[in-house]
Amino acid sequence: MNYNWNWGVFFEELPGGEATYWEILLEGVGWTLAVSALAWIIALVIGSVIGTIRTTQSRPLVALGNAWVEFFRNIPLLVQIFLWYFVVPEVSAPLKAWVVQAEPSHVQFLMAVIGLGLFTSARVAEQVRAGIQSLPRGQRAAGMAVGLTTTQTYRFVLLPMAFRIIIPPLTSETMNLIKNSSVALTIGLAELTFRAREMGEYTFNFFEAFSAATLIYIAIAMTANRVMAHVERRVAVPGYIAGGAK
Amino acid sequence: MRVPRTYHRLMNANDWAPPLATGSTARAAKEVLLDLRAIGHAYGSRVVVRGLSFSLARGTIGCLLGPSGCGKTTVLRCIAGFEAVAEGEIRLGGQVVASPGVHVPPEKRRIGMVFQDYALFPHLTVAENVAFGLHRMPRMERNARVSELLGVVGLELSAATYPHQLSGGQQQRVALARALAPRPDLLLMDEPFSNLDVDLRERLSLEVREILKSQNATAILVTHDQHEAFAIADEIGIMHGGEIQQWDTAYNLYHKPVNRFVADFVGQGVFLDGKVLNSRQVRIEMGVLTGEIPRDCLAGCDACGKGCSVEVLLRPDDVIHDDASPMQAEVLHKAFRGAEILYTLRLPSGEKVLSMVPSHHNHRIGEAIGIRLEADHVVAFRRSESQP
Repeated sequence: MNYNWNWGVFFEELPGGEATYWEILLEGVGWTLAVSALAWIIALVIGSVIGTIRTTQSRPLVALGNAWVEFFRNIPLLVQIFLWYFVVPEVSAPLKAWVVQAEPSHVQFLMAVIGLGLFTSARVAEQVRAGIQSLPRGQRAAGMAVGLTTTQTYRFVLLPMAFRIIIPPLTSETMNLIKNSSVALTIGLAELTFRAREMGEYTFNFFEAFSAATLIYIAIAMTANRVMAHVERRVAVPGYIAGGAK
Repeated sequence: MRVPRTYHRLMNANDWAPPLATGSTARAAKEVLLDLRAIGHAYGSRVVVRGLSFSLARGTIGCLLGPSGCGKTTVLRCIAGFEAVAEGEIRLGGQVVASPGVHVPPEKRRIGMVFQDYALFPHLTVAENVAFGLHRMPRMERNARVSELLGVVGLELSAATYPHQLSGGQQQRVALARALAPRPDLLLMDEPFSNLDVDLRERLSLEVREILKSQNATAILVTHDQHEAFAIADEIGIMHGGEIQQWDTAYNLYHKPVNRFVADFVGQGVFLDGKVLNSRQVRIEMGVLTGEIPRDCLAGCDACGKGCSVEVLLRPDDVIHDDASPMQAEVLHKAFRGAEILYTLRLPSGEKVLSMVPSHHNHRIGEAIGIRLEADHVVAFRRSESQP
């Protein structure tokens, strides 16, 4: 390949002169991490609740959970982000009022977090449900038999084991979420991919810009992976295979 | 489809009371803890339990014994509260806990349960598992109760280990300790030993009986293994087709079965053709058996008079090997059992009988050996076309 690599481009300034390219990439990393972290919290909290209610005996709760999962899982992520950013504010007057006067980056950030969080919550819900249902049927009965209510049985018996079991798929989901955060560029959020593209367009050094973005994404995803692996080891149940024992 | 038979009406009547164990008049005075009155349960359109009644006195160990699919586990789940009853009612300590309009949730029934797969909580240590049902107890008291129970089941040294680091037998003991810890009114055990190997099963069942008796627990065991039932239970109900066929002591189930199913299910034996001679005698090919003929047969025989055909149950211990006996039978099969050999013999007519013979009488297959009838009572059933 006949390409003239120019790694010094990162230290050049933008046309406006307000910052260098490595600085705006770093700013992009900040948005990527912020969107990912908040969306992950939303996904985990809502996903756990939805996944749990899908395993209860209550028909309305199960129906609600099923509807949630089907809705957010069957619509493409990109479409969901557009719906949150372009359509939802038009439907809700108070939201519209806020959007009009708010800082654009705040609106982009909020909608990206909600869109990504809810989309991922449906996937987390599926994993939580599978984790609970993979437990032997006797566990629920055993919880009831020692005098726990249904809520307590979930809290102290079912969920502690279910979460241990689903740590590996949850790790993949976490990494997916970080990578999916790049679609936020389509609504204008200046996250990592947005900044890499911006840098490419100004300097025509697309190779350098996206090489850097690629390495940064790999580093973030691998860090998340290592953290989850550490959690997995910390909570492993001695003697229990599925809990990630040595 | 349901053929009303005398013993059904007898066993399932609402005013039916458990039989008094012979030689224990004290038991009759004991308070009835658990009382099932004509309960029924169906999964969809499939009826699995119908008109089932029995009761259990405080401090007694009862057992529901039957082949797979007879509904015994469903009955246990109804008592525990994991299933609602469609008919009848269940009383626990005098209070109705289940009936078509009432369903007290499992956690309010003060029951303990031991499961087939133990269902220990894998993320908790042995001590934490046992302490689990004691969450309302002050810490000091709770720790004392946990050590007490781990002592009772002989696992003091394993308090800090996790369930999956223990053997199957040890796990089952933890499950028992966990179930007993909150001092439940009633302990339910669902096939508790079926995952253990045979040696351990026998030893553990006797051990469990001693533990239950030492805690003065009232318990119900569900199993398909009669040795397990005999080893643990004071009273046993034989279940078949969603109904209790006979509720009795192990001795009576073996020696005085009320119907052909119970006779066939409990112990070994063969059925031979016989003719009723009079109210105390039945003739079979090997001779005349004397003894009280069960009510089921006589009730039927009232209609047809003396001389009607019956099926007579012969246990392997009713047929004795005796070289001096003029009656000869051919050895068809033999099963070496250590102290005894179980011979399958063919009588001159072609009918087969079983005989348990001390194992030093080692005969070859095909050999003719002398046998003698030595039964001190008669178990006979009226011949019926619909018998399986």
